Parts: sequence; structure tokens; C-alpha cells
Amino acid sequence: MNPSIYLEVVVQGVLTGLVYGLMALGLSVIFGVVRVVNFAHGEFTVVAMYAAFLLFTLAGIDPLIAMVPIAVVFFGIGYALQLALVHRFVGRAEHEQFILLVGLAIIIVNGTLLIFGADARPVRLSYGFDSFLLGPVIVDKVRLYAAAAALAAATALFLFFRFTPTGTAIRACADNLVGAAVVGLDVRKLYALTFGLGLACVGAAGALMETIADAKPELGPVYTLIAFIIVIVGGLGSMTGALVGGVLIGISEALAGLFIAPSMKSMVSFALLILVLVLRPQGIMGRRT
Amino acid sequence: MIGSLNSRARALLLVLLFALIAAPLVADRYLMSVLILIFYFAYVGQAWNLMMGFAGQLSLGHALYVGLGGYVSALLWLKFGIGPWLGVFAAIAVAAAFGAVIGWLGFRFGIEGVYFALLTIAFAEFTRIGFDHIDYAGAAGGLFLRVEEAGQWWNLRGGTLLFYYLALILAVAALVLTAFLARTRLGYQWLAVREDEEAARAVGIDVFRAKMMAVLISSAMTAVGGVFTAFYNNNLFPSRVFDINRSIEIILAPVVGGLGTVFGPIVGAFILTPLGETLTALTGHFGIDTPGVKAAFYGLALMVIIVLRPSGVWPWLARTLRLTEHRP
Repeated sequence: MNPSIYLEVVVQGVLTGLVYGLMALGLSVIFGVVRVVNFAHGEFTVVAMYAAFLLFTLAGIDPLIAMVPIAVVFFGIGYALQLALVHRFVGRAEHEQFILLVGLAIIIVNGTLLIFGADARPVRLSYGFDSFLLGPVIVDKVRLYAAAAALAAATALFLFFRFTPTGTAIRACADNLVGAAVVGLDVRKLYALTFGLGLACVGAAGALMETIADAKPELGPVYTLIAFIIVIVGGLGSMTGALVGGVLIGISEALAGLFIAPSMKSMVSFALLILVLVLRPQGIMGRRT
Repeated sequence: MIGSLNSRARALLLVLLFALIAAPLVADRYLMSVLILIFYFAYVGQAWNLMMGFAGQLSLGHALYVGLGGYVSALLWLKFGIGPWLGVFAAIAVAAAFGAVIGWLGFRFGIEGVYFALLTIAFAEFTRIGFDHIDYAGAAGGLFLRVEEAGQWWNLRGGTLLFYYLALILAVAALVLTAFLARTRLGYQWLAVREDEEAARAVGIDVFRAKMMAVLISSAMTAVGGVFTAFYNNNLFPSRVFDINRSIEIILAPVVGGLGTVFGPIVGAFILTPLGETLTALTGHFGIDTPGVKAAFYGLALMVIIVLRPSGVWPWLARTLRLTEHRP
């Protein structure tokens, strides 16, 4: 085997991993602030994939552009969902939050199954098979674009949290909820904003995912688990951890596909999850609380 | 905490039990198959309820124990001719061993709540993909048992009637076992651990042991359910038995019926399964023949219950029908 194939597979894993990372970032932000685990995360990602598929098929809009309106709509969905439903579960028993979102996830999976059927829905881009030659390494054009867009979206979110007053207020809620409420922050609204931002990540990541994978209802639970593995490996609540975890899972899946068997690649991810849970439950980038 | 059943409720329960024993005299094949499903979900739901409802440990990987129980007993039968009455002990041993590993890892390393749930999912998914590649067990192509309508009943080769009574016995046995365990020292320790682990430890409860016992009993019971499904359905596919949706199906009945109650799982199963079957029949009648309808309904049921009545249907039912002894 040509040695450059390993490098190619690693590069491919890094690029896919950045899109995974953006998706997981949404989960991490929601958990880090609202303290609710979104078990319907992957299912929302698949809905965004279908949205990108529809916009491309019906209006010819490239998912790289469609990710912006999709992210905006998903922000609205997340905002409304938090206010209408999830907020009354904040602070309640973990299993109750979990059951609420599992119920939602089941409805989404089967809703998409009823609407779109079980067949895969791909987007056929004109540049779908183009590639760049970077030195000895061949890089897929779509994957590179998707990764760049994911990185841009993650950076935007990072800057928002770091430098805007609202972003600072949300971080204050995450650090000290009582203190935040005492100084007069509208926690209810900030939580809704956070859930909205988390789902905006999902909307953008889903649109990008549609360029490198085909939308299918059954992908929902798979992506939920991938997102969980990533944030736990990276450290739940850590923003950089989500991206690092995404890249790590992307690489390990790509290498496992090459060395073991493509159908066994997620076994490596689950093994990694078990190891991290046991050895370093706060994650690679996480702080011990 | 709900008080014990009053005499009126006990009488009602006896009538119901005799009705179910006599049901095959009048029920047709379809109704029997629905009742079998109800008993099955009441049984495995009860097993899950012991771990989550009583001991407070959220498992989302119970399909693992169903699958292991099914595969172990089916393989023993197919490859060695060892019948399920013996195979069930091997099934229990294997599933409990997996439960012990998961429990030990989880409880020794302080993996709690959602993290523990993810650990259980990880093990179930890991095993699912693993079985997809075990050629000895048929890999992804599945494992098939020969269908024999009037075979050797002692080897679980028989028709609907055999499985009907077996499922009924399992459901009743699980109910009795739970009612018994709830009144033992261990049962009270579980409640203490569920409510406040630190406080439980402070009063001298061996928390690790209590939680391990919950996992071991629950996984062993669930494995028996796996043996049942393997011989009832006559086929096993890794993508079906170990699937996360199977794990979620298992938790439906106890959640809807009432977590941590003795009658919750059976009440939940009696509500959900007929509703789901009716819905499938209705949509089929109107020509919408899609598999998603029933599952979407189950999802909705979960959300409605957890929003409106998070403690489940049974506590409310018991209060409304005054089935339990009044406690001041």
C-alpha cells in the first residue's frame, strides 16, 4: 500500500471530524449552560440534512450557502423548544429530562421516516468528485469546504461567547446560576438563546453533513451517539474540547475503517468512550468539577 | 410511596388473573399474540424497573441482556442440542457477567446518571457491532430456529398457547419477585441509594453492593426475556435485538405505568401495547402502511406522560380507584 494513503485517511478523518465537532459543539453548549442533555441531537442533525437536501433539490441552493438560513431557522426552533417545553424540566431529575428528549427523538426519527421514507437522500453537487492535490495527499473538495465552513461557524460561536455582552451573560449563567439570577440576568431568556445557539450549530452541521453523507432517518440515533462520544471524550461543556474530540473521533473512525473494517469503525469509538468514561470522566479538555 | 393493595384491589387482581388464565378459551390468535407482547414488555419492563425505578440506576442498554440471553440459548440449542430449560442458566450467567462488568466499571469509577446511561449504551452498541462480525453466530445474516408448531414443549418448541402461558408466568413471577424484593432489606437499601447516595452511605449502607445487586438481578431477569424472544420469534439479528430502539422499548412500559412501583410496568404494558397495535391496525386500514406510525406514537406517549404525569399512570390510577390502603 502506498504510504501516502495513511496520510490521506488521516486528513479525511480530520475534515469529517471538524463537521462532527460543530455538531457536538451544539450539544456541549446546551449541556454546559442549560444542564440538559439533548438526546435528540442527532435527530435534529438529520432534519437539517433533509432541509439541505430539499433546498438543493427544489431550489438548487448549495448546502454551503443553505447552512446559513437553516442555522437561523434551527435557532428559532431551539429558542421556542426551550421556552415551551424544556425550561420546565430544568433542574428536574435527569431521567425525566432524558425521557422527554428521547420521546422527541423517537417522534423526529419516525416523522422523517413517514415523510421521506427509508431511502437515502443524497445531494449531487457539480463539484462532488473534485479534489485538490496538496503535496502527495489528495483531498476531497466537498470535505475540505465542509470542514472550513464548520471551523468558521465554530469560530463565530466562540467569538460570540468571548466578546459580546450576551455571550458573557450566558457564560455567567453557566458558571454561577444563582449569582447570575441575583445580578438580574434573565436566565429564562438566556437559556432559550443558548438552546437556540446549540441547535443553530446542529442546523449548520447538518447542512454540511449532507454534502459528505446521505440523509437517512436511521442516522439520527447514530449521530446522537457520535455527538455524545465526542463531547465526553473532549470534555462536556468545553468548547475547544468538542472540536478536538470531533477531530479525534473523525481520525479514529477513518483509521479503523482502513485497518479493521468500515462496518466496525464505530466499535472503536465506543471502546474509546468506555475508556474515557473510566479513566478520565471529565474528558481530555475538561475540568474536574 | 404507595401503600399496599387493599382487599378490594386484591380481589380485582385475582379476577384479572383468572380471566387471563382462561383467555385462550375465547381469544383468537391475534389477541393472544398481543397479550403475549403485553406480558413480555411487563416482564422486561419490571426487570429494568428494579434497576432504575428502585435502585435509581438509569440503563439504556438493556437490549444487551435480551440479545445475550437470546443468542446464548439459541446457540446452545442449535449447535449442541441443549434445550432452553438448561440454556437459560447459561444465558443468565453470561448476561449477569456482562452486567457485573458494566456495574463494576460504572460504580467503582463513579460514573453516574447520564454518564452511566451512556456507558450502558456503549456496551450494547459495542456488542451489537461485535455480533455483526461473529460468523459462528450467523453474523449480520442472523440466526434462525426451525419453526415447529407442535413440537417438544419442554424445549420451547410449540405454538402460541405454550408461549402465552410462559409469558404470563414470567410476568406474574416478575411482579411477585419485585413485590418481595421491595420489602426486603435490599429493597429498602435501593430506595435509600436512589433518593440520596451520600446519605445512604452515611447511614452505613454498602452502596456499591446494593447497586451491583440491582444490576445483577436486573440483567439476569432480562436475559430470561431474551431466551423467551429467541424461541418465540425463531430468529435473531444483531441489528434488531441489540438495537438501541429495543432498549428504549423496554423502558416505555415502566415509565408510562410508574417508575419504582410494583404494578407500573404491567399497567404501562397494558396501556401502550394495545394502543400501539390498534394504531397499526387503523393506519393499515386507511392504507398508510408505514412502520413509523406506532413508534412515533410511543414517542409522543413518553413526552405526554413525562410532561403531565411524571410519576406515571399507576399511582394516579390507584388513588382514583382507591386500590391501595389509605395512608395518612
